[in-house]
Amino acid sequence: MDYRNDFPILGRNSASGAPLAYLDNAASTQRPRAVIDAMSECYEQYYSNVHRGIHTLSEASTDAYEKARHTTTDFINASSTREVIFTAGTTAAINTVARTWGDANVGPGDCVLLTIAEHHANIVPWHQLAERTGCRVEFLPLSDDFTIDEAVVLEHLQRLKPKMFAFTAASNTLGTEFPIANWTKLAHEHGATVLVDAAQAVPHRVIDVQSLDVDFLVFSGHKVCGPTGIGVLYGKEALLNAMPAFLGGGGMIQRVTTSGFESAALPDKFEAGTPPIVEAIGLATALRYLSDVGLDAIQAYEHQLCVYADTQLRQIDGVRIIGPTADKKGGIVSFVIDGVHAHDVSQWLDTRGIAVRAGHHCTMPLHHSLGITASSRASFYFYNTLDEAQRLVDAVREVREKFAPSGRRRRRVAN
Amino acid sequence: MSPSEQDIYEEHVLDHYEDPYHRGALEAATHAHEADNPLCGDVIHVDLKLDADGKVQEAWFSGDGCVISQASASMLMEKIEGKTVEDLKQFSANEMLDLFGPKLTPNRQKCCLLSWRVLQAALHSPVNHDGKSDDESEAIRRFGGPSLSEEA
Repeated sequence: MDYRNDFPILGRNSASGAPLAYLDNAASTQRPRAVIDAMSECYEQYYSNVHRGIHTLSEASTDAYEKARHTTTDFINASSTREVIFTAGTTAAINTVARTWGDANVGPGDCVLLTIAEHHANIVPWHQLAERTGCRVEFLPLSDDFTIDEAVVLEHLQRLKPKMFAFTAASNTLGTEFPIANWTKLAHEHGATVLVDAAQAVPHRVIDVQSLDVDFLVFSGHKVCGPTGIGVLYGKEALLNAMPAFLGGGGMIQRVTTSGFESAALPDKFEAGTPPIVEAIGLATALRYLSDVGLDAIQAYEHQLCVYADTQLRQIDGVRIIGPTADKKGGIVSFVIDGVHAHDVSQWLDTRGIAVRAGHHCTMPLHHSLGITASSRASFYFYNTLDEAQRLVDAVREVREKFAPSGRRRRRVAN
Repeated sequence: MSPSEQDIYEEHVLDHYEDPYHRGALEAATHAHEADNPLCGDVIHVDLKLDADGKVQEAWFSGDGCVISQASASMLMEKIEGKTVEDLKQFSANEMLDLFGPKLTPNRQKCCLLSWRVLQAALHSPVNHDGKSDDESEAIRRFGGPSLSEEA
């Protein structure tokens, strides 16, 4: 699989002069030339605000913006464009659900169930909902193998009877892929509404919201080779219709009077203000690009890279993998090295041109539950190579040698 | 050898990391403070013994974290013994970065400046009879700024 030439940035070097091996794709992916060009083309040839002007440019921009919604709808197999809301990103999408569906449906004593592996974006909005409503937020624990048994999910659903079960499709730290369809079915059987944070899934495998039967599903543009500043909130039409509007302003109203307003129909109801027009056009281009490459091929290829890196890193003395074995995860390999802080690992890898993430990856509760404060994370995408995975493994070996205790002595100064 | 490799992890820095100056607790501390950077988990505790003239007789540190945070704390402890409180209040962040030596990017400067901030707070935190410091300077216990850890 060789699509590297489609991505201009992959040809550059890191500050050290070494060729860039970009292994920070779980934080954000890079953009192919097609996306960059599509966005430039809009700005240069037909950009205008949408849904407003009666003139040539506005007609063209509106047409492209709504076509982008069609493309996105098809990509996740939503049943209607009314179910696809463009937001500022995954975070904005989850906040929208917590603020509207949450405020309307959750009360004191109610439970929102999450997993301990959630990204902060799928924790803090629920903590905020708890502050507003007096509900409580509960977390599913991990097994020793970094997965969660179905029996544990079932026990929590039975005991806690959550109003909302919000979980990540794939942990951005562990890489663990959770069974969306099974958990959704169980949750529905126990009366819970389901939100899936698919930020780490939509870029890597086929996600069909109808066959999964999820109630809400969210993802970000910048993690699917698209632009920053745009994300998607999918919701079942009946749920979205029943929810009060969130942000108020232009575009989301049917009419406004001095005494009130009437919300617009879906999807405009949740798109107040000038939307991310060019970003939507870029996102749609990215989704078409990924469809051309083929999500099944992407998934299979990334799995090869993950198996290689995961297996090799596990063989290095003093390296501990934070996550399940490769058969239970996507292309994410997180690790800690005995006696070496993640920042120092990342800094050293950068001298070899390798970009990884260092820190808590916006999963502080998960790190706390594992008894660590920080880890290093390599995350692959289809434009990475086996050679880059090898360079990662070699550089981690170097880290072990570089920072191993060597009996060195500080020069004594006369006080 | 790349610039960042040579600059940041030079021998002098690794020497302080592996063989630090005054790492440990000081029973007779008159002033003490501890702070962390919750985003990366670096933590530094500083114990000071000030004499009647306001001079640092002894300075000790303990903590956990990256090479930069721990080595810079060692360098700082080595530097400040014999200095007066007034000297240390004048000791600026830029001087701390100069003391460390290798040029750091803004993200790593935070690691280097952790011990400097803890020291500045410790000067205002006399130890009570029960051995606990007063922590007058809650405002600078935690500090923000750019971080490696934000963004998904």
